[in-house]
Amino acid sequence: MCIQWVDILRAGAATAVASILTLGLVHAQGYPNTFQFGQPATEQDIAAIAIAIPTDGKGLPPGRGDSARGKQVYETACAACHGADLMGVANIPNMPTGASLRLIGGRGTLTSPKAVATVESYWPYATTLFDYIRRAMPFTAPGSLSADEIYAVCAYILSEAKIIDKATMLDAQTLPRVEMPNRNGFIPDPRPELFK
Amino acid sequence: MHSTDFERLNTKARAIEEALSRLGQPITEAQAKDVAALEDCDCKDGMFALAATRRQLFGGTGLVAAVGMTALLPREADAKAPPGAIEYPVQADSTKEPGRMMGVDGGYGSRSQFETEVRWANPRKTASFTPMQRGYGIITPSGLHYERHHGGIPNIDPGQHRLVIHGMVERPMKYSLADLKRFPTVSRTYFMECSGTTGGELMRPNQPTVQRTHGLVSTSEWAGVPLSTLLKQTGLKPQAAWVLAEGADAAVMTRSVPIEKCLSDALIVFAQNGEAIRPEQGYPMRLFLPGWEGNISIKWLRRLEVSDKPFYTREETSKYSDLITKTGKARIFTFTMEAKSVITFPSGEMRLPGAGFYEITGLAWSGRGKIARVEVSTDGGKTWSLAALQDPVLPICQTRFRFPWLWDGTPATLQSRATDETGYTQPTHQQLIAERGPLDAPGMLFYHMNAIQSWGVAADGSVKNVHSMG
Repeated sequence: MCIQWVDILRAGAATAVASILTLGLVHAQGYPNTFQFGQPATEQDIAAIAIAIPTDGKGLPPGRGDSARGKQVYETACAACHGADLMGVANIPNMPTGASLRLIGGRGTLTSPKAVATVESYWPYATTLFDYIRRAMPFTAPGSLSADEIYAVCAYILSEAKIIDKATMLDAQTLPRVEMPNRNGFIPDPRPELFK
Repeated sequence: MHSTDFERLNTKARAIEEALSRLGQPITEAQAKDVAALEDCDCKDGMFALAATRRQLFGGTGLVAAVGMTALLPREADAKAPPGAIEYPVQADSTKEPGRMMGVDGGYGSRSQFETEVRWANPRKTASFTPMQRGYGIITPSGLHYERHHGGIPNIDPGQHRLVIHGMVERPMKYSLADLKRFPTVSRTYFMECSGTTGGELMRPNQPTVQRTHGLVSTSEWAGVPLSTLLKQTGLKPQAAWVLAEGADAAVMTRSVPIEKCLSDALIVFAQNGEAIRPEQGYPMRLFLPGWEGNISIKWLRRLEVSDKPFYTREETSKYSDLITKTGKARIFTFTMEAKSVITFPSGEMRLPGAGFYEITGLAWSGRGKIARVEVSTDGGKTWSLAALQDPVLPICQTRFRFPWLWDGTPATLQSRATDETGYTQPTHQQLIAERGPLDAPGMLFYHMNAIQSWGVAADGSVKNVHSMG
């Protein structure tokens, strides 16, 4: 471990140095509290990659889109896997099951062993939909949709799910206010369980 | 020696080095001839140890004949060696001719061409499974460590990669791999398990082998820098409570991590089993959160954003949350992998040759600490006996257990159940279903399924995955 003297002095290890001098013993130099490695991250460094959208919508980009425009985007970029009816396409090679590609339906099924968990029935926040599409979709060309296209395709999925109406324009202000049906469907982890 | 001799020697030395650098790759007869010609020089005897050895080996016959020597060189690329192996000709009598030299493998070894176990990828290619039935000890070879990716395996130039730490910190920082390696490092032997492991086994026996039921768990020695060290550099604002970890893969995979975990045993890992982590494990660096479900240990880590709240990413809401059908509510932020064990021998699709002695063996692990005990039943859970735990028994690490068994040749049901140092004991399927409700839906996984596994041994010695009512 290469440790500079300046680090050691900063760490307040002067006493160790003093004891070497006075007792003539060989001491390990000890670990400093701070290290001068790495570079400050600039605003540009951060802006280039900080794409996560929290539930309050902070950081949502400018832009807007509605269901009608979203349908066009969906048919081009999404329907091949998620289906023209948003119900998921079965048996695509090397892709998850059709059921896990399904986007809508399933309300009222979460107490059933045959639960259907979709954006409509399960997802607690609409901001997550925007965040995920922007970072990871479409699967074969992630990050390729514009902000307008992402707002629009969110509007299309949410209107087909009957969560918003077809006229709703989604943007940085309206998207975080969308109330998802399963918003209160999540609970903290109670484990460890006490099995009987 | 004249200076021109030195120049000539240096030229030859470079050429030989270059030729040798190609070794380990398939070599053609023409290339072998080139090497032979380069080596054919009396003046260098004793100067190039490897080359001299080769000369002595080949004698007067030259390398063309040497290529015909059975043990010496790898065959062409079309040879049908198993993954991770190079096919060499089998010698008729390995004591009657020299074996192959060091260096032929290019300096990075390969396994025997007779060893064939590989990870099994599921038909949808979303995960690959460790062949636990062929494992020994507790370490998983890096090339057999299970995989789960959400957007494929990125190929990242470590020189270009940066880890940025920002958000509610005093000093936003970025670190290269070289920066990271300068910090004080630690290594720890930990298991990692996918929270979906055995989820498909809840309602009925599903997969035939232990690789396919339990193979989404592996153990490695991981090395890196404590995340707490890095957060000490950046400082934390008082409201810091969660950290978003984000990968540089096509899924730009993200999970929110409580700050307490980040400041305790969380690591930024760059090494696995003594070498750089494999690309499929997050090269050049990944987060490692000991004892927690695998997906939260974000691979190809590029960014940590400190926040006052979790982000509710897709991978912690839509997926990796645990729907409790008993109530219709889903548990969120279910991080810990609880105590679990499985018998790896005998296990599904094996066949015992007949009655007699067998050593039952398997693995046990807990995300909450050390394994305290493992019990084995050979009668489907009616009676239990303590198994021997093999040292070392490490916290948050797979522990090897062994149990002597004299099989009388009648049908038997083999089970193991683990108890960890917190006193928690692995439940049965029935207990899990009673607690959380049944789940049997396409596209849904029953996460954190850690029920006792049963292997049914039939009178003919065949072993299969069964559910015991015990």
